[in-house]
Amino acid sequence: MTGNRSLIWDRVATGVFWILATFVVAVLGAIIVHFLLASIGTLSLEFLTSSPSRTELGGVGPIIWNSFYILVLTLLITVPLGTIGGIYMAEYAGDGRIPNLIRLSQELISSVPSIVVGLFGLALFVIAFGWSFSALSGAMALTVFNLPLMMRLSEQAMRAVPQDERDASLALGASKWQTIHHVVLPLAIPGIVTGIILTAGRIFGEAAALIFTAGLSTPSNYDFTNFNLADPRSPWSPFHSATTLSVYIWKLNSEGLGSYVRQIADASSAILIIAVLLFNLGARLLGRTLQRRSTGSR
Amino acid sequence: MAVASTTQRTESLTGSQSALGRLDLPRRLTLLAAMIVILLVFLVLGFVAWNGTRIFFAGFGLADILSTTWAPTADPPQFGILPFIAGTVGVTAIAAVISTPLSVGLAIFMSEIAPRWARNIAQPAMEVFVGIPSVVWGWLGITILVPCLRTNLSWAGFNVGFSWFAGSLVLSLMILPTITSISYDVIASVPHEMRSGSVALGSTRWQTIRHVVLPAATTGIVTAIVLGMMRAAGEALAVQMVIGNRPVMPTGLADPLTTLTSQITLDMGNTVAGEPWNEALWTMGLVLLLISFAFVLFVRRLSRRNSYQ
Repeated sequence: MTGNRSLIWDRVATGVFWILATFVVAVLGAIIVHFLLASIGTLSLEFLTSSPSRTELGGVGPIIWNSFYILVLTLLITVPLGTIGGIYMAEYAGDGRIPNLIRLSQELISSVPSIVVGLFGLALFVIAFGWSFSALSGAMALTVFNLPLMMRLSEQAMRAVPQDERDASLALGASKWQTIHHVVLPLAIPGIVTGIILTAGRIFGEAAALIFTAGLSTPSNYDFTNFNLADPRSPWSPFHSATTLSVYIWKLNSEGLGSYVRQIADASSAILIIAVLLFNLGARLLGRTLQRRSTGSR
Repeated sequence: MAVASTTQRTESLTGSQSALGRLDLPRRLTLLAAMIVILLVFLVLGFVAWNGTRIFFAGFGLADILSTTWAPTADPPQFGILPFIAGTVGVTAIAAVISTPLSVGLAIFMSEIAPRWARNIAQPAMEVFVGIPSVVWGWLGITILVPCLRTNLSWAGFNVGFSWFAGSLVLSLMILPTITSISYDVIASVPHEMRSGSVALGSTRWQTIRHVVLPAATTGIVTAIVLGMMRAAGEALAVQMVIGNRPVMPTGLADPLTTLTSQITLDMGNTVAGEPWNEALWTMGLVLLLISFAFVLFVRRLSRRNSYQ
């Protein structure tokens, strides 16, 4: 059965697969190196902290702030709600009609293109609720597709907790909720945290849903001592327009104005890629540390 | 009935009804949080359908919308959205054609061939790959891909570089990690006994992959490709930045084209709510939403068929 020709074909196939895999990883490596090289000379502490300028190179300080601000605001909404929803799906939901409807809804919402989520956010948050273009509208739009994601992540983390742990707790006389609260949830936290960080990476780079919700402009004169939330100069206020880094790259490209567009967009892309790398690395390290601590202490 | 009466007896045994009610509270509260997702589906579908059908009440019929002429500033304006639908379908299809061999091949490599160290590189690489934001892909397309097409392939008709092909190429890279990681999960979950059996019969590794592993994983791989196409069809900024945005029916891979997502991205900011142009964009959003929902239902069907096998 296995003649010489089959052996040769096996060698050829193996070689092709190796070449293919090397090619794909090399493309990714090349992209990362390209942006790191392209940002040399632009990316500096000054660029990271100063405000955008129309005539000079300027910087992206307030814009990076907006990115993190919207990220934190989104997580503040999605993490508690998503975890609680995940508890239901992992611990209470069986195979009934409502759990199935929830699962279908999760899949449907996750499938909605982000530009359509942007349209929805524009109609509901920006116009109907009158929140105008603001960090709040942006965070709510991001919540739409991150809530189901967060729910599924925490559900999976809780499902990964061995049944024995629950049985032991119930056998000791703990109620179902006490078991969830004191046994399942703590054991699931490493998984949940890893999930949160990976989601955070996605939120950080999202743009299409934010163009029509968080807006295309930002106050460039942030005053960090200003805690008056009604004042657009307060960086702590969610009520004013807040361009994020990804949206800024898109805006620079579509306006095509200024002589520094190329440098600014290259450097901003490099920042986004570095952020993705850090989020991934952080998720791995933190997940591992928490895992060690929670299993070590028990 | 018997079950119900037992429950009632337990209730009376444990005493007050309120104690039981309190025990049940966590279940109800967590269910409430989980049901927000259902509410979101209705809200999104409701808002998009409401705004997306308004153009039909503004004097435009189905024949006007399903025409090939998009001329929003002409007199009288025309809002045929067929070029955008065709563009989305065309760009997505070519992206899947480019991406499928690469990503399924990579998935086979990771599951069947790679030694541990190579897998330890490939897997995190896919995670980073999927995390690269779409504007970064778009910017890469504008600064590297489009000029490259223009200078090296002008003989093939790439006079401007911004083209159907550029859009598909960028998309194929964006959906590569999606198809790869889902296919990998499916291929790796093919039972080990099937491979052992094939090898015991004297098959080489390639014969085992081709005649045993791949047939067993086909439905899952198709699911992976469909999910990849879903992502491609909904992707907005990267495509918009490299495709050239010309609202015509697709002609050639080297020609500029446009898609549903690109046109919404470009025009939404220039139009005012209530005018037909704006309403036509909402109709495109509705079409996109329905396409995505159709993909989800198709994938559900596929996976149900898979579980019967």
